[in-house]
Amino acid sequence: MSAETLVQLLYLVSTALFILSLKWMSDPETARKGVFSGVGAMTLAVAGTLTGVLATGGTHYWWILGAFALGAAVGYPLAQVPLTAVPQRTALSHAFGGLAAGLVGTAKFFLYYGQKNEAALTPFIVVALVAEILLGFLTFTGSILAAGKLQEVKWIPQRPVTYPGQNASNLALFALALALGVALVLHPLAPWAPWAFGGIILLSLAFGVLLIIPIGGADMPTVISILNAYAGLSAVAMGFVLNNKLLITAGALDGSSGLILSVIMCKAMNRSFFNVLFGAFGQTTTAGAEGEAKAYKSDTTESAAMVMEQANLVVIVPGYGMAVAQAQHKVREVYDLLKKKGVTVKFAIHPVAGRMPGHMNVLLAEAEIPYDDLVEMDEINGDMPQADVVLVIGANDVVNPAARSDKNSPIYGMPIIDADKARAVYAIKRSKAPGFAGIDNELYFLDKTFMLFGDAKAVMGELARKLAGESGH
Amino acid sequence: MMLLVLSEHAVPAAGGGHGELDVMGAVFVFMLATFIGLMVIQRVSRLLHTPLMSLTNAISAIAVVGAIIVSAGKDYPGYITALGLVAIFCSTTNIVSGFLITDRMLKMFKKQGGGAK
Repeated sequence: MSAETLVQLLYLVSTALFILSLKWMSDPETARKGVFSGVGAMTLAVAGTLTGVLATGGTHYWWILGAFALGAAVGYPLAQVPLTAVPQRTALSHAFGGLAAGLVGTAKFFLYYGQKNEAALTPFIVVALVAEILLGFLTFTGSILAAGKLQEVKWIPQRPVTYPGQNASNLALFALALALGVALVLHPLAPWAPWAFGGIILLSLAFGVLLIIPIGGADMPTVISILNAYAGLSAVAMGFVLNNKLLITAGALDGSSGLILSVIMCKAMNRSFFNVLFGAFGQTTTAGAEGEAKAYKSDTTESAAMVMEQANLVVIVPGYGMAVAQAQHKVREVYDLLKKKGVTVKFAIHPVAGRMPGHMNVLLAEAEIPYDDLVEMDEINGDMPQADVVLVIGANDVVNPAARSDKNSPIYGMPIIDADKARAVYAIKRSKAPGFAGIDNELYFLDKTFMLFGDAKAVMGELARKLAGESGH
Repeated sequence: MMLLVLSEHAVPAAGGGHGELDVMGAVFVFMLATFIGLMVIQRVSRLLHTPLMSLTNAISAIAVVGAIIVSAGKDYPGYITALGLVAIFCSTTNIVSGFLITDRMLKMFKKQGGGAK
């Protein structure tokens, strides 16, 4: 068996393990097996590549080992971040992925160019190279910026940045990059080719920034998913350049995952996929024009605790506010106390609650709330009229009835959790200001709604004490 | 056989799937893999979308394959090797942190009364 056959065999098994890895993610019961399978697949991929490199007389092994060690040294602490920081970590990880693809593409181009290797720079390869660096570098800067926004780094504006002609200027820059790409495909060995290539790199880096600055926090789940897809597609393009089927397959798996998550997020926000792809999703928010000051009814945690104790079914709707306040463990205390009193407690999870897909599920799982009680929006909405109490914790747009009724609302048409159909609503809110999207929430002004103002963690803690106190004596 | 093809090129070959370029074959693989991906991912539980994303983070670090090939090439100019080494560093970061954090999150998902104390 030649070395090349061995390499291909290792790659083949690796590909199968990658597919199994994702397949096992279908069920929390088998999901951990998926991770082991993924680790096995990656190990085989690296082993196969090293085998091939050894057989064809590679060098720099100590350097390569050093790069591995350094990567592992940085990767390990990145895996230990608190779970509320997972969206930032994910974005940062997309940035690393994009950068790796971009750098490999750059290296390949300059290698072939330096060798005046006309045979290697076929139009197909050059198209793939351009796609690889475009997606790679765009993902790099875009994800860094997204991570910065999520981490609330000071010098990155949190609010969407928009300016007149934004889409037009972006399109013009894109057309410029495309023109440079076409020129490169036609004359890959021209004396100006490295400049054109460098120009595409700069434009891609700029795109990443330009695509993310108009994005607000509420759109982050969609953006992170799209960047996930881009990172995968850049790996596919690298696979085309290197004629490596393992890269193509693994990249395509990643790309389709990002694509599906983006589509789910888009549907959950009632945005078309195209609308999002062209970056038009950071619409400037129309501030509530109606000046009529509506009054909130606030209530004490004591009476909230009393009402909840009497309930048969309590539905908790968590949102980003719960993550910010790190309130999940206090939520768990309230959940336990209510369960002990024979109250059924369910969590209603909106697909875009939080800052990335599945964000709420992970936080609640961290607080050891069994996942059978985490119910998706579509499943729980039928039960909402039977709910005696809905407790909204730091969620806003996902329970705003304006999405159903108010055609002028920016969120009109977005599927929501029907909190307003429950018999009573308690909503925990940090302040009296409107939510992130700057939209007033009608839910808060209903007759059956009572507000509990304060930090989510503090309010939940108090609620837990009230519930415990009354049962204890 | 593949190795022969490689040595015919002027490219100092550094293995790992560097066979003769088969464009249509590659495109076929891409199409099939995308369909498999779409079907498999559609069945992933919504509960697990965050771990799914960190798992695919790690999987997309498959770019490490390309990075190794570029870094290990003999007689490549120094800056090419350097680019490859940085790419290895980036990918390894994703491999290590991606798999570790996915497992860390998945360990937390527990069923009613199942083991949780």
